[in-house]
Amino acid sequence: MTSSVADLSDVARSAATLRGFLHGLPGVDQVGAEARAAALATRSIKTTAKARGIDLAIRMVDLTTLEGADTPGKVRALCAKARRPDPTDPSCPSVAAVCVYPSMVATAVDAVAGSAIHVASVATAFPSGQAPLAVKLADTRAAVSDGADEIDMVINRGAFLSGRYLDVYEEIVAVREACGEAHLKVILETGELATYDNVRRASWLAMLAGADFIKTSTGKVSPAATLPVTLVMLEAVRDFRSATGRTVGVKPAGGIRTTKDALRYLVLVNETAGEDWLDPDRFRFGASSLLNDLLLQRDKLATGRYSGPDYVTLD
Amino acid sequence: MRFEYAPAPESASIVDIRSSYGLFVGGEFTDAKDGELFKTINPASEDVLAEVVSAGPSDVDSAVAAARDAYDNRWRDLPGAERAKYLFRLARLIQERSRELAVLESIDNGKPIRESRDVDLPLVAAHFFYYAGWADKLRYAVPGRQPRPIGVAAQVIPWNFPLLMLAWKIAPALAAGNTVVLKPAETTPLTALHFAQLCQQADLPPGVVNIVTGAGETGRLLVEHPGVDKVAFTGSTEVGRAIARAVAGTRKRLTLELGGKAANIVFDDAPVDQAVEGIVNGIFFNQGHVCCAGSRLLVQESVADEVLDALKRRMATLRVGDPLDKNTDVGAINSAAQLARIRELSDVGTAEGAQRWSAPCELPERGFWFVPTIFTGVSQAHRIAREEIFGPVLSVLTFRTPAEAVEKANNTPYGLSAGVWTEKGSRILAIADQLRAGVVWANTFNKFDPTAPFGGYKESGYGREGGRQGLEAYLA
Repeated sequence: MTSSVADLSDVARSAATLRGFLHGLPGVDQVGAEARAAALATRSIKTTAKARGIDLAIRMVDLTTLEGADTPGKVRALCAKARRPDPTDPSCPSVAAVCVYPSMVATAVDAVAGSAIHVASVATAFPSGQAPLAVKLADTRAAVSDGADEIDMVINRGAFLSGRYLDVYEEIVAVREACGEAHLKVILETGELATYDNVRRASWLAMLAGADFIKTSTGKVSPAATLPVTLVMLEAVRDFRSATGRTVGVKPAGGIRTTKDALRYLVLVNETAGEDWLDPDRFRFGASSLLNDLLLQRDKLATGRYSGPDYVTLD
Repeated sequence: MRFEYAPAPESASIVDIRSSYGLFVGGEFTDAKDGELFKTINPASEDVLAEVVSAGPSDVDSAVAAARDAYDNRWRDLPGAERAKYLFRLARLIQERSRELAVLESIDNGKPIRESRDVDLPLVAAHFFYYAGWADKLRYAVPGRQPRPIGVAAQVIPWNFPLLMLAWKIAPALAAGNTVVLKPAETTPLTALHFAQLCQQADLPPGVVNIVTGAGETGRLLVEHPGVDKVAFTGSTEVGRAIARAVAGTRKRLTLELGGKAANIVFDDAPVDQAVEGIVNGIFFNQGHVCCAGSRLLVQESVADEVLDALKRRMATLRVGDPLDKNTDVGAINSAAQLARIRELSDVGTAEGAQRWSAPCELPERGFWFVPTIFTGVSQAHRIAREEIFGPVLSVLTFRTPAEAVEKANNTPYGLSAGVWTEKGSRILAIADQLRAGVVWANTFNKFDPTAPFGGYKESGYGREGGRQGLEAYLA
């Protein structure tokens, strides 16, 4: 990208300029993008590199529970796990954040008090986003006023797919404002966007509208995060920074369950956006079961043998 | 945070390299009659791997005689379905022993294990499977005529894809009912000799496949041998010319797959990130030791800066080093002689006024290495835009219009391959139609498949390998 900062400031001046800009982005060749992601997935991460990768991945986890059956008890248990993922090993780092529904934010804030763990809340009529804007904004404000310092919003996929990019943009801007000091993660729900061209456009749209993070999925739609989708998003944040100087984070969420998966994502980050993104402020994993596999593998590396599912704690 | 990948070496212990090898003639490993011994080395360490024979005139005589005997008495008249059984068996053995063969290929050639494991070996097996399928269906390969084998084929192959070139040569020849004497390149003889072990394991009738090692002189003896009916050569245009002269006026049939200076054309509407991958894959795959390498990048002026910035950023992530490390992207240059040639032409590029840029990376102290390099500001008149460098060196030229791109792409004595990068399907078809190249890749590069014919125009040679067309070179 060679555009300058000034070029982008008024891209969203009208529906036509925004559309022109997004459709002017270079296309993504599906075969090539998938081949690149598959090639990077063959990197062999062993010994010391694996140990560092696992600890970094633990620090990047947004430990998540987004169920209708969530209760304050469940959320408190999740927060305890977030603070001390491995109670037997004080050298094991904490996760980056817990991610809950707005009604659970207050409970989570209490439970992580005194730690560096962030409280993220999904908002804006998660996961479908099918609610009036006023409701979405109220949802956001409620989560923020209960103490959430990160908001995971969903974009209006209906508007995006029907080409009403400015509507999507304005909605993100409004939510951004409702967030106040809280960081905004914008969920693209890439499983519903269907093409990599759309993923790239939605990524730029969200970044232009002020997203601090772009996130793949709600976890409620299949496919959720995939390596090629994350590759395209990492290319977008890399290009956005060279165009504007602003660094936006990336969060793949949903379907990342094993240490091997997590290390593949870290390789993707390392060789696409670069080492600046190998930081919990720039890259997160939206996951729950992943954490226990990371702990099992961490223990295996330290002791040379596998323990078992009863040796890591339930969330 | 810096994320250093710890060394992840593939174990070399899976392959048993003998201290010396004989010739494979008539189904047995035999000592040389009049050939001398020479050493083959690991280009990544310069360590000696084994001693092999430089076959002399009597050695070549016996190999051709063994092939003739096998042709007349054991192979020509074998039903196609029976020949197919042997080829299928070889294909399965290659798959079973693919890790061993991949490691050996990387050790002797210098190519990264990621490529020998993920590209070379799967393609080698696929070629044998593919042509095994044709062995009993030859009547459908050449409709309207009765397919007959030609006889004894002399096959001389290069060092850049030792086992894959062996497969391209041997699989169609055997499927069509010919017998072969194959000479691998002098710097990479080992996988061919291990393939000979596979032939024994497969109970291939003696003499159907014969392997003679040696350098140019052995190759000359083989292609000029009066007992040979068919010559197939892959290698440099210079040697190809000499072979064409030697074969002229004889009954021998000839196919040549020679050099190239392929244009990889990037239009302004190309998918930039994937085009950059394609440029990298086009010229740095196999250290650029690829006859169809995309060694000339033609990029539209309006996106040239953007594409070059992205290319340099991507090149900075290339991992150059130990070929057996599973994370290595670019391995060792195959020989001291080739390294000298790459250095010489690169220096010419600098002297001619092109701007040189190399990826920032450390090279091992021992062995033959060359940093992935690009030259910008190259014009058609520069030697580095015309001559085949056969190394990890890319010449970058620009164009303004599609017509200019085609003109520049075709302005070369070669015509083996080309690449087109654009999101516009109609443009792909229109440009591909005008390119004088045997293979045109669209939005990809250096992709091979046994079903797809491969071969060149002009000084890139004649004849096709792969596909149904690949059989015609071996059928009378």
